[in-house]
Amino acid sequence: MQAYWTLTRRELGGFFVSLTGYLIIAAAAFLMGLSWVVMVEQLQSEPTPQPVTQLYYSTQYFWLILLLATPVITMRLFALEKYSGTFETLMTTPVSELQVVLAKFTAALVFYVLLWLPSLGCILILRQFINDPAALDTGLLGSTFLGIFLLGCLFMAMGCLASAMTRSQITAAMTSFTLGCTLFLLSFLPGRWAVVAGWQNDLLSHIALFDHMNDFARGLVDFRHVVFYLSLTVFFLFLTLRVVESRRWK
Amino acid sequence: MIEVSNLTKRYAGHTAVSGISFTVKRGEIVGLVGSNGAGKSTTMRILSCFLPATSGSVRVAGYDVFLQSDEVRRRIGYMPENNPLHPEMRVREYLKFRARLKGLSRQRSRERVDTVMQQCGLVDEQRTIIAHLSKGYRQRVGLADALVHEPELIILDEPTIGLDPRQIRSVRQLIKNLAGRHTVLVSSHILAELEMTCNRMVILHKGKIAACDTPDNLQALMGGKGQVIAEIAGPGLEMQAAFDLLADVAHCDISASGGEYLRCALTPLDGVDLRPQVFALAMERGWRVRELTRGRHSLEDIYVRLTRPEEEES
Repeated sequence: MQAYWTLTRRELGGFFVSLTGYLIIAAAAFLMGLSWVVMVEQLQSEPTPQPVTQLYYSTQYFWLILLLATPVITMRLFALEKYSGTFETLMTTPVSELQVVLAKFTAALVFYVLLWLPSLGCILILRQFINDPAALDTGLLGSTFLGIFLLGCLFMAMGCLASAMTRSQITAAMTSFTLGCTLFLLSFLPGRWAVVAGWQNDLLSHIALFDHMNDFARGLVDFRHVVFYLSLTVFFLFLTLRVVESRRWK
Repeated sequence: MIEVSNLTKRYAGHTAVSGISFTVKRGEIVGLVGSNGAGKSTTMRILSCFLPATSGSVRVAGYDVFLQSDEVRRRIGYMPENNPLHPEMRVREYLKFRARLKGLSRQRSRERVDTVMQQCGLVDEQRTIIAHLSKGYRQRVGLADALVHEPELIILDEPTIGLDPRQIRSVRQLIKNLAGRHTVLVSSHILAELEMTCNRMVILHKGKIAACDTPDNLQALMGGKGQVIAEIAGPGLEMQAAFDLLADVAHCDISASGGEYLRCALTPLDGVDLRPQVFALAMERGWRVRELTRGRHSLEDIYVRLTRPEEEES
């Protein structure tokens, strides 16, 4: 346990002692703010009955930031240590592979949550200026952020895997970007592609990240979605663990 | 402390270490010598549980490095080649992180970090960011890290590579000071460096052990003939004849050596020390002697001799 906390703290520290962490958060905050402005401007001209969270978090604004920022967060986790050689000093201390994987995942997830905090600011500001409080209901915000968190778990776990497989941060970033984009784009296939019908279509609609986020942003917490994200996260973390362990396979 | 038997490590396509065996006793300082690619780092990585061996068994402090790697890792301090560190951390912060990672309590890690910083001369640099340190200081940080949890066995892979002579001297002194309290396995491709610090040396060549003995025994093994060099001023021909008459001289070579002095290289029979006889002879004939030494093969020569034949074969 001590090793886990020590490692998590160092990993988180790794984001913040250099400029990298601040830069990622600043860039994401800037994009969030900018897209928020665009959305609010749009709302003024074309009012809609949808909640603001749904407008924002199930549109390209949110996904653009999510898909771009997550590989940047996770790419360094293992790849940098392997490249610089500190992976060797790390793995020759009495820590288990599981502790290392979990610590890196936790640190990345905490950083990811910090990354989305500024968007809470946007919402609070908007709340000051709207007449209808129902447009930004607390429950709705809760379910939206639960959705963001669960997506984060999945994307961080995928990023861990991508980073564990290589020594190059760029390769890691590109791999996790591809994984993330693939999952995201698959959301648009069901019902639109003639080739996909029957059970394949059902399967695809179950893994449609876009639709899941749409539900969360509408205030709908579907238990199936929660299980989906948590189980996939565990699955990717398990793969990461195996990759890290593979060094010691004979 | 270390028992290596029949250790073999194959990477895809080539064998880095093939069937080596050696043991290291508690409290010894043992040097692992070999040219680049001889298998030093691979051996050390296997000892430190970073890589699995292809075959053979390795035990550290009685524990198997593969099956009981946790126990082994608790007992070793390992500094890899090139000494990788987290450049963005401060010296003290890094050492504390490593101490906590190795399972020391908060209180204990504070004490130990203070102690090793003192030991390695890092006290003045404790607030410096590692990226801003000179290479010599970084090496000290690596050493301090290897020592911080008071391991029984310390494994140092090329600790003096890339350092200037002064820094090499201070690192060597540090290693010497560890003798007795810790067992140390240190590698280098420079023999002279280990000659002064180690009790015993394992010379690796192309993944095999070429020799394994104390520096003195290696010396005796290779340089047993004990050639004597004498620089004497006197008549050359007479000298040649006189030396040839000495019963213990197998061979004598005389050459000019600047001014009136002649340089005589005398090879004895059966390792006899010729110096007293040569001196007595010179006194008797009234020759002036300005130098009289028994040639020592440097370990460098031994190393070259041990490793050359195989190279010619291949």
